[in-house]
Amino acid sequence: MIRYIIRRVLIGAVILVIVCALTFVFFRILPTGNPALLRAGRDPQPRLIKEIEGVLGLGKPLPVQFWDYLKEFLFHFNLGYSYYSQESVKSLIVERLPPTLSLTLGAAVLWVIAGMSVGIISALRRHSFLDRFSMGSALVLLSVPEFWLGLVFLLLFANDIGKFKILPGAGSYVGLTYDPWKWFTSMIMPWIVLAAGSAAIYARLMRSSLSETMREDYIRTARAKGLRERAVVRQGVRSAINPIVTLLGLEIGVLLGGAILVETVFNIPGIGRLSYQSIQSADFPVIQGTVLLASAFIILANIVVDVVYAYLDPRVRYS
Amino acid sequence: MSATEPLLRVEELRVEFPTEDGVVHAVDGITYQVHAGRTLGIVGESGSGKTVSSLTTLGLTRRQGARISGRILFEGQDLVILPEERLRAIRGNDIAMVFQDPLSSLHPLYKVGKQLIEAVQAHRDVSKATARNRAIELLGLVGIPDPSRRVDQYPHEFSGGMRQRVMIAMALANEPKLLIADEPTTALDVTVQAAILGLMERLQRELGMAIVIITHDLGVVAEMADDIAVMYAGRIVETASAARVFANPEHPYTWGLLRSIPRLDRPRDEDLVPIPGTPPSLINPPSGCHFHPRCPYAEPEHSRIDPALEPVPDESSHHVACLLEPARRRELWAQLREGGTPEQALAAVGPLETSS
Repeated sequence: MIRYIIRRVLIGAVILVIVCALTFVFFRILPTGNPALLRAGRDPQPRLIKEIEGVLGLGKPLPVQFWDYLKEFLFHFNLGYSYYSQESVKSLIVERLPPTLSLTLGAAVLWVIAGMSVGIISALRRHSFLDRFSMGSALVLLSVPEFWLGLVFLLLFANDIGKFKILPGAGSYVGLTYDPWKWFTSMIMPWIVLAAGSAAIYARLMRSSLSETMREDYIRTARAKGLRERAVVRQGVRSAINPIVTLLGLEIGVLLGGAILVETVFNIPGIGRLSYQSIQSADFPVIQGTVLLASAFIILANIVVDVVYAYLDPRVRYS
Repeated sequence: MSATEPLLRVEELRVEFPTEDGVVHAVDGITYQVHAGRTLGIVGESGSGKTVSSLTTLGLTRRQGARISGRILFEGQDLVILPEERLRAIRGNDIAMVFQDPLSSLHPLYKVGKQLIEAVQAHRDVSKATARNRAIELLGLVGIPDPSRRVDQYPHEFSGGMRQRVMIAMALANEPKLLIADEPTTALDVTVQAAILGLMERLQRELGMAIVIITHDLGVVAEMADDIAVMYAGRIVETASAARVFANPEHPYTWGLLRSIPRLDRPRDEDLVPIPGTPPSLINPPSGCHFHPRCPYAEPEHSRIDPALEPVPDESSHHVACLLEPARRRELWAQLREGGTPEQALAAVGPLETSS
């Protein structure tokens, strides 16, 4: 197991370098805008552009630029400095990570609880009114775009523009350590909005997964033993959660790289907003940093999922 | 046959499943009984209703939307109408069941110990430690070596035969009065089969329980059963003591079953005779005698008359549901027993005298 994990981490590192190279090439070759041009002011002299390119390190050939970047990253763990604010990308990321962590993990708790309970009830009462109603609502939640749902929530409940002024609106995020209660109330709407679509997916997945396991022979055995129905269902759920755990790990991994839409709608200063801003201003080092972070989270999530899976299913052995 | 009240008495049991294609008549009015300490073999092809009737005994077809009528009397209580909570107290306690495929019947994610402990604690108010000791004792009882180590293993770490031993141990957890074994050896190698059957016989002697063994394999019932009920298309077509069924079978379907298994006392080059045709649909069963489309001896009116399960002339405990004249039946069997094919038997016995 340890050897398996080490191997996966090494492969992950190689993938990161490849991702690094790809983003490097994409953002410099594709027409994203020339950072030097964006910074040179209106109607600049070509010489000025060249000069700024020189300062930003854009004058050297691409492979040299890439090598410089990689060297800094691998040997000094330095991700460079923002073209825009001159801040180090590393500290920008460290600063922006807590809001994204709060948003993702809180929403995950919400959607797991909501999705699984609805899914279990639906699976056990298939084709009942409750089942049809929940699955219908799930379909609606799945189809609604996050940014739209977010705006609807703001218009309904935000304490500035809302109809019922009960919750802090956009831009009200404060750190958990600064004021826990304000942090909590400011996150309620973002959590619900981010969780809605996923809760719907989990409810549907749980429903189909549990309906399947409840038809297994070992469930019949559990009943034949004379177990109470609660205990029988628990055995079914135990088998049914395996696909859910896989999905959960991967989804959290993706969201930790930044929930761009929800962070933007609620103006939460997280990784998602950072990437959005850096793309707008062709801030290559920051783009590079956020993309690397997102890929690292996804790679990590994959490894965690595999390890957890081996723990959940004793038949799985990695060699 | 003992004169005392049987442990299990099934009367006119009918189990129907409404489906989109029509109503499946899985069990179509069967009656049988099992006495304490005895073994009944229920024999039939897949789809003959033998498994459904046993699952119904445990109340396990209720939640599949089955329509159930008739009576299942277990120690005087009618299990068909017993409330679910009372039935649950009987399941796994007084009546236990062993299923066909031990791999899929054990929960793959739980250690066998946990699954055994659950079975004990479902009916006994004992501590986990006591239940665990009982689990180890049970594994030893069914002949699993090193039970105190094996108790902490998962089902996939056991071989097929060992898994079935675990299933049997689980069924025995609360010393049931009746053990229903549904094709307990079908998924196993032949050598393992013999060991499992031997184990069940030994446990029956030691614990004094009654066994209902469901199988398509006459070899299995020959070894185990005191009495045999042969099922076809949801009905019992013949029932008698095991010795009687093997020596003097009365139903053409039973003849077919007997002739389709190899026997050591027959010449080796003798052909096995399969039963022609396929099991009938249980949604639209054949009219009259359900077996008539596959019966070599069927006569035209057999497709109209429904045979009842009636005693044969000289043995009141031997019942058969067949429209053939008893004398003609015996002549036909006499020919078949000598190794004749159905055609040869018919030719030897001669056509039906329609003059009478």
